[in-house]
Amino acid sequence: MRVPRFLQPVFEVRGMARWLLLSGLAVVVFFVVLAIFAPLIAPYGFDQVSADGVRFPKQASPSGEHLLGTTVQSTDVLSRVIWGSRTAIEVVVLAVVFSLAIGVPLGLISGYVGGRVDRALVLVMDALFAFPYLLLAIVIAFLLSSSVGQGVFTAAVAITVVYIPQYFRVVRNHVISVREEPYVEAARALGAPRRTVIRRYVFHNVIQSVPAIATLNAADAILTLAALGFLGYGIQPTEAAEWGYDLQRAIDDAGAGIWWTGLFPGLAIVLLVTGFTLVGEGINDVLNPLIRQRAVEPPVIPAQPDSELPPPGAEPPPRGATEARATEVHRE
Amino acid sequence: MSEPGGSPPSEPGEPVTSGPGEPAEGGPGEPLLAVRGLRVWYGTGGDPVRAVDGVSFEIGAGETVGLVGESGCGKSTLGRGVLGLLPDNATAAGEVRYRGRDLVGLSRRELRDLRGPEIGLIFQEPMTRLDPLHTIADHFRETLRIHEPELGDEETRKRSLETLARMGIPPTRFRQYPHEFSGGMRQRIMIALALVLRPSLLIADEPTTALDVIVEAQILQILADLRENFDTGLLLITHNLGIVAEACDRVAVMYAGQIVEEGEARRVFSEPAHPYTRALLRSTISLRTTGLHYIAGAPPNLIDPPPACRFHPRCPDAMAVCRERDPIEVSLAADQRVSCWLHGPEDEIPPQGAEPLERTEIAIAEEA
Amino acid sequence: MVADPTTDPLLAVRDLRTHYSVRGSFIDRLRGREAGAVAAVDGVSFDLRRGEVLGVVGESGSGKTTLGRTLLGLVPATGGSVHLRGREITGLPERELRPLRRRLQIVFQDPHASLNPAMTIGAAIADPLRFHGIAADAGDRKRRVAAALERVGLAPASQFADKYPTDLSGGQKQRAVLARAIVLGPEVLVADEPVSMLDMSVRAKILELMIALKEELDLTYLYITHDLATAKFFCDRIAIMYLGRIVEIGPASQIYDDPKHPYTASLLRAIPEPDPTRSVPRDLPRGEVPDAVSPPLGCRFHPRCPRAFEVCGWESRDLRTLLETRWTRMAEEEYERERELVGELDSLDEPAVEASLPAGPGHTDEEALGVLEAMRAEAPDDPFWKGVAELQPDGSGARVRFHEPLVPRDLEVDGARVECHLHDPEALAAARAAAASDGPAVVAEPT
Ligand SMILES: Nc1ncnc2c1ncn2[C@@H]1O[C@H](COP(=O)(O)OP(=O)(O)OP(=O)(O)O)[C@@H](O)[C@H]1O
Ligand SMILES: Nc1ncnc2c1ncn2[C@@H]1O[C@H](COP(=O)(O)OP(=O)(O)OP(=O)(O)O)[C@@H](O)[C@H]1O
Ligand code: SF4
Ligand code: SF4
Ligand SMILES: [Mg+2]
Ligand SMILES: [Mg+2]
Repeated sequence: MRVPRFLQPVFEVRGMARWLLLSGLAVVVFFVVLAIFAPLIAPYGFDQVSADGVRFPKQASPSGEHLLGTTVQSTDVLSRVIWGSRTAIEVVVLAVVFSLAIGVPLGLISGYVGGRVDRALVLVMDALFAFPYLLLAIVIAFLLSSSVGQGVFTAAVAITVVYIPQYFRVVRNHVISVREEPYVEAARALGAPRRTVIRRYVFHNVIQSVPAIATLNAADAILTLAALGFLGYGIQPTEAAEWGYDLQRAIDDAGAGIWWTGLFPGLAIVLLVTGFTLVGEGINDVLNPLIRQRAVEPPVIPAQPDSELPPPGAEPPPRGATEARATEVHRE
Repeated sequence: MSEPGGSPPSEPGEPVTSGPGEPAEGGPGEPLLAVRGLRVWYGTGGDPVRAVDGVSFEIGAGETVGLVGESGCGKSTLGRGVLGLLPDNATAAGEVRYRGRDLVGLSRRELRDLRGPEIGLIFQEPMTRLDPLHTIADHFRETLRIHEPELGDEETRKRSLETLARMGIPPTRFRQYPHEFSGGMRQRIMIALALVLRPSLLIADEPTTALDVIVEAQILQILADLRENFDTGLLLITHNLGIVAEACDRVAVMYAGQIVEEGEARRVFSEPAHPYTRALLRSTISLRTTGLHYIAGAPPNLIDPPPACRFHPRCPDAMAVCRERDPIEVSLAADQRVSCWLHGPEDEIPPQGAEPLERTEIAIAEEA
Repeated sequence: MVADPTTDPLLAVRDLRTHYSVRGSFIDRLRGREAGAVAAVDGVSFDLRRGEVLGVVGESGSGKTTLGRTLLGLVPATGGSVHLRGREITGLPERELRPLRRRLQIVFQDPHASLNPAMTIGAAIADPLRFHGIAADAGDRKRRVAAALERVGLAPASQFADKYPTDLSGGQKQRAVLARAIVLGPEVLVADEPVSMLDMSVRAKILELMIALKEELDLTYLYITHDLATAKFFCDRIAIMYLGRIVEIGPASQIYDDPKHPYTASLLRAIPEPDPTRSVPRDLPRGEVPDAVSPPLGCRFHPRCPRAFEVCGWESRDLRTLLETRWTRMAEEEYERERELVGELDSLDEPAVEASLPAGPGHTDEEALGVLEAMRAEAPDDPFWKGVAELQPDGSGARVRFHEPLVPRDLEVDGARVECHLHDPEALAAARAAAASDGPAVVAEPT
C-alpha cells in the first residue's frame, strides 16, 4: 500500500522526533493490546468478586493470587486496570472518530462557503468552546443518561461534543487561509466544480494538521473520561471498568495505607496520556517543517590546506593592489 | 576565533578594536569589510550543502558592491554569513573582518551588539518585520533604546524624524501603524529603521525585488544618497543586473557558492571576462533586447557540485582543463579579478588542456 | 475604437468595473464613516484581437490582477461587459461559465503557489481534463498529459508526471502551470506576471516557451506585468494601467518610442539598464500610488504628474501632500516653527476643490496664509500652483480655491488611445481660460 504523502515524513524521521514518536507509540500500542486481548490477559472479569465459588478477600494487598491486590468491593485490581484500558481505548476511539466526522466537515464547509453559514457555525462553536469543558461533558452525559444509559457510548458522545469545536476551529481557520491560495483559484479557473475544489484542493492540504491534534485530543479525552468517572457522571460501574471511577473509590483507601487500589489505575491514566501526548508531539515535529529543520546538525567544515588561505591575521592587502590580493587570497 | 573585542594580539600592525560602541578605524587603507575564504555549509542530514564555498571580497567605506547570480547560488547565505545570522543547521568558517575584527566565531551576543549600530541589514519582505501592533514611532524608539540607551526622548524623536524624512516619509505620519502604509513606504521605513542607527555597513538582500520599477528607482536613489552623505558601505544583493549597473561601484558575480568574477561595475559589464558573467548579461531582458538568450541548464545542486570549474557543464567555452583542475584566480587590469582558465595562467594549463571540451548534451530534465 | 463587440475581437471589454467592498474598521463604523469600496478596476475598455499579445502594464496596485481575475469570472464584475467571441460572459452563473473556461485560461504570478502541494504534476494536469470530461478514459488522459508536459519542455513526461511541486525548480513549476493551462486547448491565455518571480536567466526560457506555444497552438495572450522591458519584447500592443483605468493603449512600438501619457513616460524613465553607458539620472514621479478607495479628482495621475496644469483636478489633499513634502525637507527647528502656524491637517483629507488650511492655535489666518505664500515663493514652478485659483485669508485660516477639475476623456491620438488633457484641445482651452481669469473659471464638462 502506498503511504499517503503527508505521512511520508513519519517514516523518515530522525533524532528527537523519532524517539518521541517511537516511545509514545510503544506505550499506546501496549494499551491497545491490553484493550483488545483483555478477555485473554485479565485473570478475572472486571466486576468479578469470586472465583470457583470463593469470594475474593477485601482490600487484599498484592500477592500471588491477586498480583495488584483487590479493592474494597473485592474486585481484582489488575483485572480492572486491564479492562479499564479497553474502556478507555473504546471511548477515545469513538470520541475521536465522532468529533472528526462532525468537526472536520463542518469546519470545511464553514471555511469554504463563508458568509452567513460561517457566522452561524462560528457562533455555535464559540459558545460550546467557551463553556467549561468538563461541565459541558457532564451536562451531555447527564442528558443522555436517562435515554441511552451511562455506558461507553454516552461517555464517548459527551467527550465528542467537547472536542468538536476544536477540530472545527482548526480546520475552518486553515481552510480560510488555503482558500485564498492561488492553486485553489487556479482550480476554479480550470473549471473545477465546487465540491471537487473542496475535496481535492482544500481538504488534502488541511488534513495535515489533523493527526497531531487528534492524538493530543485523545490524551485529553482520557483525562476527561477519568474526570467524568471520578465525579460519578461517567460510565456506571456495572457497565465497564473505568479508571476514574476506581480512583474515586480508592480515595478512602489511601488514608488507611492501602495504596494499590489507587496507584495502578492512576498509573495507567498517566501512562496512556503520556503515550498519546508523545505521539502527538512527535507527529507535530515531523509534519512541521520548521521544527524538522531545526533538528538537523550543522556540518563540520574541514580545515583548508594551508596554501589556500592567507596566514592567519596576515596584513590585509592594500586596496587597489589587486595583484597582491589575488595571489595571496587564492589558490596558487 | 579571536578574542571578543580584539584581534589576535600577536599580530603587530593590527589595530586593537574596542567594543562595538566605539569602533576603531582599521589600519590605513584597510577596507571596512574584508571577507577571506568564507565558507558556509548547511547540514541536511546527509552530505552538507556548500552554499558558500571559499569566497573573498572587500567593501570599502562609502562603496557599493553588487552581488549577482542565479537563484540558489548562495547570495543570501553569503549576506547572512557576514552578519552571523545563520540558521542552526549552518556552519561558517573562514574570515570576516569588519574594521579589522574577525566576526566568524563571535558569540551570538557580540554579533547582536554589532548588528544595528555597525552593520545594518535590510530584508526582502517588509511587512513581516514590522510589528503590526506598534506605531512607526514605537519601532524607532525601541530600536534606539536597545542600541543607544543613552539617547534622550527628544533626541530619539529628532533622529527618527530626520531619518524618515530622508526616506520621504512625512513627520505627520510618525504615529501611524504599519498597515496604514503602502508596500513601498513600508520598505522605506524598514530602511530608515536600519539607518537610524547610522551603521557604517549595510547589507541589503534584494531590497527591491517585490516592488515595481518606480518604487525601486526611488529606493535606489535613497541608497545612493546614503553612501554620498554618510560614507556607508553597501552590499546590494540582487538578481537584477540593471540595478547593479546603475547603483554599484563594484560587482561580484557568484556562481554555485563561489565568486567567479569581481571588479568595477562598469568595467565588468562592458568587458565581462567570465563566460558566466557574459551569459548572465546576455540573458537579461532590457528595453533594447531583440532576441532571447539564456544559459542552458540550471545551477548545480550544491551538495555535490561539478568538479573543478563548477560552471563547466554549462560553459560554452569549456576546455579539457576546466573539468580537471580548479580555476586559478587571475587579476586583469583595473581591479578586475576572474577565476577562469580562459584567462590563464597559461603555464598552469597542462598540454592539451586547452582542447575544447566535448560537451555532453544538457538533458532537458535539468533545465530550469 | 467603438467596434461592434459581437463580431471582430476575440474578447471585447467595455467599461468594466470591479470594486471590492472594504469593511471599515470597527472604529470607523463607530464614527459613522461609511465603508468604502476599492475601485480596483474602474471603467476599462479594450479589445483583444485574435492572435495578438496585449500587454497590461502598471505599478503595483493599479488593478492588473483584478482585471485578469474579472475577465475569467473569478471575481464578479461590478459593472460593464466582457464579450468572448460575441457572447456576454459577465454575470454568468458558474455552471454556464464552466464550459467557457476551456477557452479562457490564466497563469498566475507565483508558480509554486499555483500548484497544489499535495498533488503530483501529472494529476494536476489531468484534473482539468476530468472536470470537462474531455478524455475518453484514463489511458487517453495519460496520453494527453504526457503530450502537454512534453510540449512545455518537461520531457520525458514519465520523469515529471509523478513528481510533486516541491521537487521542481521555479522554472519547471511555471512550465507545469503552462502545461495545465494549455491542456484544455484554450484560445485566450491571461498571463499574470508569469515570469516576475523567476530568475533573470529563467525568464528568457519561459518567455521563449510562451512564444512557441502561441505559434503552435494559435493562442492569444493578455500579458500582465510591471516590467516594461519584457513587455516591449513580447507584446504587440500595450495598455498602461493606473489606478484602475487604462490611461494609454497603443501599438508597443509607439508606446515606447513616443509615449503620449506623462505616466507612460515616467514608467519608461524608471527602468534600469544593464548598460554602463546609459546610466542617466532618472527623474521619477514623486510620491506613491494614491489610495484606490477615493482616487484623486480629475486626472488620477495629477498629484504625481510633472506636467499637470490648471484643470487636472487639484484639490485639498494635494495641499496636504505639498505641505508634508515640504516638511520632510526642512530642518527640525524650522519644521517645528512652521508646524505651529497651521492647525490640524485632517480637514484636508476630504477631497474638495475648496479647502481651508486652518491657522494653528494662537495664530492668525494671515500667518497660515504666510506659510502658503512662502511655499509658493520657494517653488513657484510646482504644478500645484497652476491649479490654485484663489488664495485668501478667511478669518480662521487660509482659504484655497482650486480650478474646476476636468476628468480626462478617452482620446484617439495618432492611433493610440490616451486619457490626458495635454492632448485635449478643449481641456487646454479651458485651462487657458482658467489661467486668464482671476475669478472662478466656468468650464463646461465635456460629455
Ligand atoms: N537553511 C537551509 N538549509 C539547507 N539548505 C539551505 C538552507 N538555506 C539555503 N539552503 C540552500 O543553499 C543554497 C543557497 O541558497 P541561498 O538562499 O543563499 O541562494 P540565493 O543565491 O540567495 O538564491 P535566491 O536568489 O533564490 O534568493 C540553495 O541551494 C539552498 O537550497
Ligand atoms: N480581495 C481584495 N479585497 C479588497 N481589495 C483588494 C483585493 N484584491 C486587491 N485589492 C485592492 O485592489 C487594488 C488593485 O489590486 P491588484 O492586485 O489588482 O493590483 P495589481 O496591479 O495586480 O498589483 P500588483 O502589481 O501588486 O500585483 C489594490 O488597491 C488592492 O489593495
Ligand atoms: S574555467 Fe573553463 S568551464 Fe569554467 S568558465 Fe572558464 S572556460 Fe568555462
Ligand atoms: S491630464 Fe495629463 S497632464 Fe494632466 S495630470 Fe493627467 S496626465 Fe498629467
Ligand atoms: Mg536569496
Ligand atoms: Mg498583481
